Amino acid sequence: MATTRRTVDVALATTGLDERGRPVRTPLVTDASGSAIALEEPPMLEPELGGEHMLINIGPQHPATHGVLRLVLELDGETVVRCIPHVGYLHCGFEKIGEYRQYNQIIPWTDREDYLNSIGNNVAFALGAERLFGIEITPRCTVLRVIAAELSRIISHLVWLGTTCIDIGAFTPFLWSFQERENVYKLLESWVGARLTTSATRVGGMAADIPDGWMDGLRAFINNFSKTIDEVDRMLTRNGIWVGRTVGLGTMTAEEAANYGLSGPMLRASGVDYDVRKDFPYLEYETYDFDVPVGTNGDVYDRYLVRMEELRQSVLILRQAADRLPDGPVNTDDHRVVLPPKSKAMSDMESMIHHFKQVMEGPRPPVGETYVAVESPKGEKGYYMVSDGTSKPVRWRIRPPSFVNLSAIPKMVEGHLLSDVIAVNASIDIVMGEIDR
Amino acid sequence: MTPHNVPREGAPANPTAAALQARFGDAIRRVDVVWGETTVYVARERLLEIVRWLHDDPEQQYDYLSDVTAVEYRDPERALEVVWHLRSLPRRRFLRLKVELPRGTALEVESVWPVYRGADWLERECYDMFGIRFTGHPDLRRILMWEQYREGYPLRKDFPLRGRFSRAEQLRQALAANPEARYSMEELSIADAFADLPDEMRQRLKSGARTGE
Amino acid sequence: MGLTPRPAPRSVEATGGENWVTTKLDSLVNWARKNSLWPMPFGTACCAIEFMATAASKYDLARFGMERMSFSPRQADVLICAGRVPFKLAPVLRRIWQQMPQPKWCISMGACASSGGMFDNYAVVQGIDTIIPVDVYVPGCPPRPEGLLYGILLLQEKVSQEHMGDDAIRREMEPDPKSGLYIPPAAIDELSEPFGNSVHQTRSGL
Repeated sequence: MATTRRTVDVALATTGLDERGRPVRTPLVTDASGSAIALEEPPMLEPELGGEHMLINIGPQHPATHGVLRLVLELDGETVVRCIPHVGYLHCGFEKIGEYRQYNQIIPWTDREDYLNSIGNNVAFALGAERLFGIEITPRCTVLRVIAAELSRIISHLVWLGTTCIDIGAFTPFLWSFQERENVYKLLESWVGARLTTSATRVGGMAADIPDGWMDGLRAFINNFSKTIDEVDRMLTRNGIWVGRTVGLGTMTAEEAANYGLSGPMLRASGVDYDVRKDFPYLEYETYDFDVPVGTNGDVYDRYLVRMEELRQSVLILRQAADRLPDGPVNTDDHRVVLPPKSKAMSDMESMIHHFKQVMEGPRPPVGETYVAVESPKGEKGYYMVSDGTSKPVRWRIRPPSFVNLSAIPKMVEGHLLSDVIAVNASIDIVMGEIDR
Repeated sequence: MTPHNVPREGAPANPTAAALQARFGDAIRRVDVVWGETTVYVARERLLEIVRWLHDDPEQQYDYLSDVTAVEYRDPERALEVVWHLRSLPRRRFLRLKVELPRGTALEVESVWPVYRGADWLERECYDMFGIRFTGHPDLRRILMWEQYREGYPLRKDFPLRGRFSRAEQLRQALAANPEARYSMEELSIADAFADLPDEMRQRLKSGARTGE
Repeated sequence: MGLTPRPAPRSVEATGGENWVTTKLDSLVNWARKNSLWPMPFGTACCAIEFMATAASKYDLARFGMERMSFSPRQADVLICAGRVPFKLAPVLRRIWQQMPQPKWCISMGACASSGGMFDNYAVVQGIDTIIPVDVYVPGCPPRPEGLLYGILLLQEKVSQEHMGDDAIRREMEPDPKSGLYIPPAAIDELSEPFGNSVHQTRSGL
């Protein structure tokens, strides 16, 4: 039976700072000269005690499963021998419904599928539909969508941070992260009118341009938010309890991680520098200056570090996007998807007919198919759409990153302790709405 | 670079398509480039071989499986298609593989699980939603709907949006199903609910085979 | 240190020497109950995130005596069903409700829990009131935290008007298929058809 040794040096709880003021990471166990000692398997000392394995059931209603995940664990003492995940308790038939809706009508469903990343999903879906229609969006719309996607990454990582802290035993960061979320909510609400379920994009543009003074609010948020990240960083990164509960847990090597199809912070923590924004760019991401954090050990602690760094990088991107936001129209002038202005629709017969047909029949893309992937906070989120020339897709497929990430959980928890299952599960950052769809 | 002004047809194809045609000849049925994405239609029998070659060949290195899914068209004559989305992380390539399953033939195709572990749940979902059997998959059973679900495969076009039965009947069935029976799988082989399980599941449990979940 | 002297505690000395409050037992019990409701958050989807926002510092659910989330149904008073409930989850929700001890109440948070919402398809229960009794419905997709707080205040209002002597509100019934109370599903469908209630909705064109 594989066991893990996790030694926590209490002195680690003191913070060391590098020249930029960020906490430095020192190895857990050091020898006399201060160089790191690799953690090794301790010898099996206890005699093999005969005994029965025990089955325990976590979920589908359990606060630490982040929704309605269900895990059946076979335990030998406190060590997990086998883990059987059961999903599907939130299967709501998104993909089936998408076949009965026009492209613009699908956008509200994308809100509710990964509900931590609503506005990012709106952007992803609109990008896919626009490729299917062959539409180019305007420069202003591109930058607005980058702002939307990065804000969405921030609020999604904040929920991950808060819930993970609760799972591991710290309540305060939950309150901090929800305070920051309220600030983002305020921004989103003044932009699109909703806090959580935004439905912000349309095929060919956005539902609305940002209101006056919105960028000032965004800049104020960016400035304050960096302080919050630093606070959380100070509280957790060198915290003995936090380190002890996360280091060396749920390790995935780079090859395993890629082979299991992991994506997002899960993959990058294992040392694979795959980020859709960098490798298959969209929304002009190649023109932004940002780094993709990559871990080395692929454990829960590295995933935490990667996500914290992603928060900082998102702030960087937001700052650049705020500086470069051009003037100009938000929506394209492609008549296949854009409604005529209301004033014309009420006075001009052709415009009115056009408006009516757009709304009642919906825009029709040419026959074709496309798979558009974006880097969602959970990983590679893809929308695969197949059109047969009618106004409703033949197939609307969501490539759910956390579904694939979660499928590796038996591999990650087997051999660890029961309490570590919670930490590993939290580190995957699952959203059941996206997993079960 | 962010793609701009991609034509619907006529964009350059992924070089892998030519390599596949040179290597496998007849097994590559067709190559389409739509909206800049290359789709390779391959023969059903040689799918696993082709995928394995794509994964192992040092010139290709398709080491990442993004997605496994299927498409059923509204045209009832048209074949179902199983779709694999592959990525080569070192070479930054994207390739779509398709296998056509004509009407009237068994909905069966080889599993790519031996090559990509990530295919496990994706194939189970595809089986759950379309009824396509992936031979060689270690544990092919429903994943999103419950295992005793007998109404069919929801994403097939002949499945009504609201299900075959009335809502009240669906609810009654869901509540009447013994929840424990479907919560616990093989661990319940000793429990009373064993008799409630479907036949094939009981056989599997009796044989003592680990499901490899 | 310039601390001001602590004020001496005011002793309440009534003239008679002893203090009496007379009230109805109902009022006393209901007052105690309504101000210490322990919620059991059955959070499934988007509404659960808004529920978390309600519990967090800005909206502060603790003001209403609900800061103690009871994740075990056996110590809970009010089930807050936040999010959509698919058929696969229906037996779970039912079981959790049955595990809660009396007195118990239920808040259905959001459009999906109340009526199925936008998920009018093969997988989703069209309103949790087809499985368990609901006291307060909170509309919205998802409801804002203020909306949920208003729903909770409505529930407190409802609690404060209950009578302990009225055991009908606490009686749980499982209709026996042999008894006259039982209505077969087909009959329910037929009854509800023309009005399109949450059990069976039909819309044209889809």
